[in-house]
Amino acid sequence: MSTVAASLKKIEPDRSNLIKALQAVQEEEGYISNEAIAEVARHFTVSAVEVEGVVSFYAQFKRVKPGKFKISVCDGTACHIKGASLVTGWISDELGIKGGETDNEGLFSLEIVACLGCCSLAPVISINGKVYGNLDRKGLLKILKDHRKGGAA
Amino acid sequence: MKITRIKIGAGSCGIAAGATEVVDYFKKEVRDIPIVEVGCIGHCYAEPLIEVETDKGSVFYEKVLPKKEHLDRILGLKDEGRLAIRSQRSEREKIKVLALAGRIDMTSMDEYLANGGYEGLKKALAMKPADIVEEVKMSGLRGRGGGGFPTGMKWSFLAAKEAKEKILICNADEGDPGAFMDRSLMESVPHQVLEGMLIGALATGATKLFIYCRAEYPLAIRNLKIAIEQIYKHGLNKLNARTVEFRLKEGAGAFVCGEETAMIHSLEGKRGTPRFRPPYPTDSGYHGHPTAINNVETFGNVPLILREGGKAFASVGTQGSKGTKLFALAGDVKYPGLAEVPMGVTIGDIVYEVGGAEKGSVKAVQIGGPSGGCIPADKFDAVVDYDSLKSLGAIMGSGGLIVIGNDRCMVETARYFLEFTARESCGKCTFCRIGTKRMLEKLEKITGGRGTEEDVAFLADLGPKIIKGSLCGLGQTAPNPVISTLRYFRHEYDAHTKDHKCPALQCNQLSDVKIHLDKCIKCGLCIKTCPVHAISKEFVVDNAICTRCNSCIEVCPKKTISRVEKGTGYYGKSGGN
Ligand SMILES: Cc1cc2nc3c(=O)[nH]c(=O)nc-3n(C[C@H](O)[C@H](O)[C@H](O)COP(=O)(O)O)c2cc1C
Ligand code: SF4
Ligand code: SF4
Ligand code: FES
Ligand code: FES
Repeated sequence: MSTVAASLKKIEPDRSNLIKALQAVQEEEGYISNEAIAEVARHFTVSAVEVEGVVSFYAQFKRVKPGKFKISVCDGTACHIKGASLVTGWISDELGIKGGETDNEGLFSLEIVACLGCCSLAPVISINGKVYGNLDRKGLLKILKDHRKGGAA
Repeated sequence: MKITRIKIGAGSCGIAAGATEVVDYFKKEVRDIPIVEVGCIGHCYAEPLIEVETDKGSVFYEKVLPKKEHLDRILGLKDEGRLAIRSQRSEREKIKVLALAGRIDMTSMDEYLANGGYEGLKKALAMKPADIVEEVKMSGLRGRGGGGFPTGMKWSFLAAKEAKEKILICNADEGDPGAFMDRSLMESVPHQVLEGMLIGALATGATKLFIYCRAEYPLAIRNLKIAIEQIYKHGLNKLNARTVEFRLKEGAGAFVCGEETAMIHSLEGKRGTPRFRPPYPTDSGYHGHPTAINNVETFGNVPLILREGGKAFASVGTQGSKGTKLFALAGDVKYPGLAEVPMGVTIGDIVYEVGGAEKGSVKAVQIGGPSGGCIPADKFDAVVDYDSLKSLGAIMGSGGLIVIGNDRCMVETARYFLEFTARESCGKCTFCRIGTKRMLEKLEKITGGRGTEEDVAFLADLGPKIIKGSLCGLGQTAPNPVISTLRYFRHEYDAHTKDHKCPALQCNQLSDVKIHLDKCIKCGLCIKTCPVHAISKEFVVDNAICTRCNSCIEVCPKKTISRVEKGTGYYGKSGGN
């Protein structure tokens, strides 16, 4: 059984569970592939276009495979005021990727998100869900370096 | 003094500051004193924050690290790192809704019960539904999600419906980017929010209780799930003759889903587009069932109302706004965090007294996020009250309060909000979809240094049209940040368009970077750091190459590199383009 099918197995094919199902698939696979869309459509007996429409509406759903380390830069108001654009630029300069991209080795991917709820520590980023706050350039580069080391091992 | 218990702040911002490591370390090293993980006490700037309970009261320690030195200091109750707070940062605060936040174990129902938890529900169970609604009406509670609609009245609409199935939804989408009141409340005292929902179910006859929570809040989701299990186990979901059911749904990242009809569509598994009202959700909501939606903080207030009585609740606040309000205080303040103030305090009280901002260092606050407006420093005597904030062109909003320091650009701030709303517009209404894009283009032109007076006039003209031409609150409020910055900071727009200057030196196209050689020690770090090699051997920045990334400014040990007015920096041969 494919991992998609495995994720769907526990979910009742009731239309209001569509978003939940997509969340489960993404949790398992890291993104929503074309095959996943087809499989989800079959599971709920709706058209693939309809599933596609829901996927594209919500920012959470990714259509490209993310890197091993998913970096989310917060660009909520507090972080923006505190220099989120600079933070994004520093990451891009260091890793050579822009928002929405994954690097060639598949190690890092970068996305820009709105508020991680830790505004009092602005500017913040998260890597695979762990939040790092009060960032300056030096601290940021150290975090990236540590991950690169850990990721290569 | 004898230490009886050690509490470690392990809410999201505590964890982000390193609380998990502190918890692990303390649990390993300390055997004879109970260590508990608590939620947000509001003083997020001091995280990781520890409260040491002793037989003579509590002592707080800030910025604790997993180190022996810190541990010894705390176990010895030494002065170093001690924080001179009790539970309030200032006289201006009034801690009611947050009374238990950060004070009890986040996942312990027993502790919630031991501190007055579920007393409100117990009272409600002995009352007639209509009397509960009456009590909430008497309290004067208005919705904390932004609109300020009277909660008792909303509940009376749902209660009046005859239907087999009625739905109550807790709006935990917290879409304002830069706000975290609801997150803190759900993480720290999940039972308080759920108790409010159970009381709401009793009052309205609701059978299914949905919580629509932002997926970016994993800890809130975990703690709510634990609390719901505990409720089921204790049978607290049996409301006299009937049993109600909780359903926790994770949002998928769309701001518009905070709007009621969009949220209902999203809960049905569809794209979250708003629809025209009427019919109102209380007439036809989730799959056609009568539905009422309230915000997290609104529900968090309800147990207090039942416990102390509507009249006592209404003794705090102003004529039209009762009780307290939570504010997520962030931006350019010394003490960012979660504040709870009685309605009627001034914005200045929050910024200066609670936030600890220095007088004269701040030019404005943005209140109400992308739907709200700014309030300039010379109007900081404005009071926190639904109606008086509206008269200033701002709104109460859900509680996001971003303090904007003197060195930030207001035009760039307005551009930021329009970028947000243009991206988040669901696209259904032409004015919202195209109008926000047009505004964004003009603002980009202005911050890019190519703006004209006509562009500013265009913005002023288009704003009200978008408000009129949009179906839902997103479009109806999207121009607010522009309208209010135009009202109070017109001179900044003029500086960009007439003088081609960004007074705050924030807009990249209107500023240069310069090394002030008098303090330079020629260490060479800037040269090594610059990603585009814009700095020469003579330590001069070529602004034709420089991307304004600020890397050199950050790295310089003498802090002798800064942004300067456009045209005053050096432009090399490759310059011009
Ligand atoms: C675009 C948009 C986004 C909204 N986002 C939220 C939100 O994140 N949280 C919230 O409680 N209310 C939000 N609201 C307001 C809700 O639609 C609704 O008025 C509120 O949840 C009602 O609860 P209350 O009466 O307890 O405030 C939003 C409204 C609009 C138009
Ligand atoms: S106002 Fe904007 S977000 Fe709201 S329905 Fe219209 S297009 Fe969608
Ligand atoms: S980093 Fe600062 S001190 Fe060092 S060479 Fe550059 S300008 Fe001079
Ligand atoms: S604005 Fe960045 S965490 Fe909230
Ligand atoms: S979450 Fe820790 S004090 Fe706010």
